[in-house]
Parts: sequence; C-alpha cells; structure tokens
Amino acid sequence: MGAACRVIATVWRKEVRENLRDRRTLVSALLFGPLFGPLILAAALQFLVQRTADEADQRLVLAVRHAERAPNLMAYLEGRNVEVTRVTLDDAATRRAVRERTHPLVLSIPEDFAARLAAARPASLQLYSDASASRTDRDSARAKALIGQYGASIGRLRLQARGVDPLLQVPLAVQDIDVSTPQSRSVTVLGMLSYLVLLAMILGGLYLAIDATAGERERHSLEPLLTTPVPREHLIYGKILAAATFMLLSLVLTVIACAIALRFVQLENFGMTARLDAGVVARIILATAPLALAAAALLTVVASFTRSYREAQTWLGIVMLVPTLPIVFVGLADLQPSHALMAVPSLGQHFLITALLRGDPIAPLDAAVSSVSSLALGVALALLAGRLYRRESLLG
Amino acid sequence: MISATGLAKSFGGVAAVRGVDLEAGDGAITGLLGPNGAGKSTTLRMLCTVLTPDAGEAFIDGAHTAREPLEARRRLGVLTHDSGLYPHLTARENILYFAELHGMARVAREQRADELIDWLEMRAFADRRAKGSSQGQRIKTALARALVHGPRNVLLDEPTNGLDVMAVRNLRVLLRRLRDAGHCVLFSSHVMQEVSALCDVVIVLARGAVVARGTPDELRERTGCASLEDAFVQLIGSDEGLG
Repeated sequence: MGAACRVIATVWRKEVRENLRDRRTLVSALLFGPLFGPLILAAALQFLVQRTADEADQRLVLAVRHAERAPNLMAYLEGRNVEVTRVTLDDAATRRAVRERTHPLVLSIPEDFAARLAAARPASLQLYSDASASRTDRDSARAKALIGQYGASIGRLRLQARGVDPLLQVPLAVQDIDVSTPQSRSVTVLGMLSYLVLLAMILGGLYLAIDATAGERERHSLEPLLTTPVPREHLIYGKILAAATFMLLSLVLTVIACAIALRFVQLENFGMTARLDAGVVARIILATAPLALAAAALLTVVASFTRSYREAQTWLGIVMLVPTLPIVFVGLADLQPSHALMAVPSLGQHFLITALLRGDPIAPLDAAVSSVSSLALGVALALLAGRLYRRESLLG
Repeated sequence: MISATGLAKSFGGVAAVRGVDLEAGDGAITGLLGPNGAGKSTTLRMLCTVLTPDAGEAFIDGAHTAREPLEARRRLGVLTHDSGLYPHLTARENILYFAELHGMARVAREQRADELIDWLEMRAFADRRAKGSSQGQRIKTALARALVHGPRNVLLDEPTNGLDVMAVRNLRVLLRRLRDAGHCVLFSSHVMQEVSALCDVVIVLARGAVVARGTPDELRERTGCASLEDAFVQLIGSDEGLG
C-alpha cells in the first residue's frame, strides 16, 4: 500500500511538473476556462442588461406616411417618447426601406382615416415591420401598444359621450403577481454559470489526460515506462490524479474569475443580485470538486483507447460534453431537484451551484449524496482505466 | 544473465517470433542480428516483460518474466527502440524520474544520477530540457535512465539507429565498459559492422527463428565466408532487408 502510494505520488508529481511547463496544457487549464469563460459570461450579461435598460427609455423611431392625415395621433405619440419621421414613400418603396432597415418601422395612414374616425367606423392603419429582425420585434410591439392605447382612449370617450360607463367594457382584469426575488430572477440568467464552470473544469485536465496516455504512446516514452518495476495500474492512477489536479486548479480559478467578472456587470439595473461572495465561491468549489476525479478518469479511459494525440483530441472534444448532458436534459424536461437526481454526477453539482447562487439553503444530505456518488463513479472509472492499462495492446 | 526457451508470439494470427531459444551471459556482449521484421524487437519486448509470450519462457537472473515481471524488471536496464524522453523535463529529471519509480531514496538517486552524468559525459546538457537535444544526447540520457538502478542486465533495441559516426563510437566504448564491469549486454541490430565490431556472441534471427549462433569467427568459419556480411546473407537464406 505504501509502495503503491509512493509510485502514484511519483507519477503525479512528474505529470504535474511536466504539464506546468507545457504551454498547451497551461493555456487550456489556466486561460481558456478561467479567463475566457467569465469574460464571455460577463459580456453576454452586460449586453443583456444594457439592452433591457436601454429599451425602456430609448426613443422609438417611427417613420410615418401621410402624418398630416392624423395630427392628433402624431401629437399623442410624440408626447410618449416616439420620434416621428415624416416620409413620402409608395407601398413598394416602404417594403424595401423596411427590409433594408433604412426605416425599420413604418406606419402608413390611409386617406379615409380621418373620415372613418369621424364616422365612428374602425379606421385602419398599416404598420410595416420585418419580423425576422430581432430588434424591430420589440419596437413594433411598443408602437402597436401605444396606438392601441390611443384607440382605447378614443373608445372610452365615445362611450362616455353616449352616456355609457366605459368600465362595462372591462369585464376582466388580470393582475400579474411575480413572486420571484431579485436573486431567483438572476438565476435564470446565471443558469449558464454551472454549465460554464463544469466545462471549464473539464477543459483544465483535457490536455493532461491526452498527454499522459495517447501522447506518451506517441512520444514512445510509454515503453520505457513500462519496463520500470511498477504495476501498470499505479501509473495510470497517478496520471488520473494529475489530470484531476489540473481540473481542480481550473475550477478554482474559473469560479473566482466569474465572481470577479460579475462584479463589473450592473446586475442591479436588471433588478438582480448574484450572491457570489467569498463564502458562496468556496461552497461552489467544494460542491463541484468531487466531480473532478470522475471527469479525469472518464477522459483518461477514452484517451487510452485512441491511437494518436490527434484522435484523442477528436474523441475527447465530444466526450467532454457528456457531463453537461444531464444539465441540458433537466433544463428541457424542467425537472425539480430531488435526492435521486442529486445522485446523478454533474446534475447534482448543477443543482447545488444553482441553489447556492439563489441563496437557498442546502440540505446536507443532498450535498453528501452528490459528492459520494460522484466520487464513487470516479473510483469506478479509475479502476476501469487501470484494467485497460494492463492490456498488452496498450502499446498499439 | 538472460535465458529464454521456446519464446513465441503472434499478432493477429501472424507469427512474429516462433520458438526462440537464447542465452546471454554476464561479462559478454551478445548481438541479436537479423533483417527488419525478423522478430528482434518482439523478442526483446518479451524479455523486458512489456509483451507476454504466447509460449515459452524467459528468465532474467533467474526471475521468470511472466510470473514475476516486477522482479525481472528490477534486474533489467532497457534502452527501447526510441529513446522516449519527456521533452519538458531536463535530462537529469528524466533520469531521476525513473530512479524514483525504481524506489531509490532521494540521496541515492541524486548521487547515482550525478555519477551517470559524469560517466556518460553529459554535464554540458544535463540540466537542459530534453526537447532540444541531439540524437546522441538523447541516447545517452536514455542509457543513463536505463542504468540508473544499477541493473546487471542491459537490453538495447537498435541503439545505434540515427546516430552519427562519433556517437556510434562513443556508444561502443560505453557498451564495452559495461561488459568489462561484468554486465550482461544484449542488443539488437541489423547493421553488420556493428555486430562484428562489438559482439562476443552473435545470434542470427530470420523470420522469427534463430538460424545460427556463435562468435563472429565461428559464423564465418561455419559458412566458409570471408566476411560476416556474406555469412549473414547465407544464414538467413536471402539478402532481403539488409541495410
């Protein structure tokens, strides 16, 4: 037992030292996940926050054909932060202008507008927009709402003028009661954080896992290694632990980097707060760490099947997505956390991270179930890797 | 002392080695000579326990290679076909890693590495990364790594491959020194001059079997050929694969 530990520690030390000197491993472990991940997250959130914040007080630009036919409506719109641009275009030219975004939104007022309004007949208006453009979708909804409000106020006046209570027209009133707290609202947006953290962690050990197996064989250093008086499985255990170490390193850096990056996003503008203080950061790391062994062993098992570095890269690129599949599945099926689901490695971590971000209390049993099942899977996969390493065909 | 009887190995139904008997004694250099594909590497890989023989058995100083592989490996120093160094480690670190895997204590392995670095005249590049070393430097490092635990038996698979003339001469000197220190040296080669210049005993392999064995002089005598090269061609029955 002591001898086994000594060998495993020797291999671990050598792999860690060698890979700390390898630029490729370092970039993937210390740069891609921990730096680009949070940057992308922060940038995406900032963009979202900015857009939502902008839209409320941004002036809506509306091009209007024959604005002179509806002066009251124009005054109403201009009084509600709408910039009315008067244009003279025929139908074909209007369609082209909308498609080419010279005037993303065009309102056309027909000749009989005033006459029909005066006769209390429905007066039609044409609103041109391009539904395939994401931005104009919101603008046209806003324009329609404003015009609708104007119409409704005329309707109320008409009823009042005829001595009818306008409230008769409002048989139902739906009230929206949103029970979400600022924190729980931010979780919908921060849902991608657990995904990002898991992916960055796995990426951190990816190159080491390839290097220690397919890379070692390709460099022909495997054969001399196998002539040392050491059981083969001990070699692979050391390598798995080294990959897991790099994953943990990447995990710690990524979570800390995310916490820092999110400070720069003005989530408050969004009515959100993300609880990412030191305590939560530490708990997220602790909750995710048990998965590192399973991920490292999984990548190592797959990489020992491949014949070359290149082939290993191709396969592991796919395999590293496997731990994120349960998260996607649960997202699609809208499953709620339960003790049974906590036992699914990677899913348990996802639930724990989400709960921590939300500020919910975590049941000790849930944390234990998640950690123990992930570690058990890691041990099982490591033993499998050990068996694979004992095969003769290992040398390829 | 290395001995084997009836070693056989096939890969996917193709027999690479069929019934090889051999013996390599202490204080002697034994050459395994044969054309490419004769089964030299496969034989050496079975001797150094990387491959398990389909039939037959081998002993390294009495340790059975299949039943007690760890014991056999402790008594063996192996220089594989490619030097297989770790590019991001220095020559010294490459040597120390193997010393550690052999279970040597820290002081002992550092002392031993120093000794080998002096003995193999590696001072100039011992603390540089292996990545940029020349082929000769790589072979020296790999040899130091193979000898770090002081094995009595040394296996070398085509050690002169890719070496320039000076490096080959140096290696020859080293192998003779190992022999004179009482080691059992077994190496494979397909280069005639190599074998005739160095070996005390030659074992000729062809198509996975031993076709002749003896001192270079004995082989010349037996075949009636003046040069070992002619003797070799006659022994293996064709001139295929001679380089």
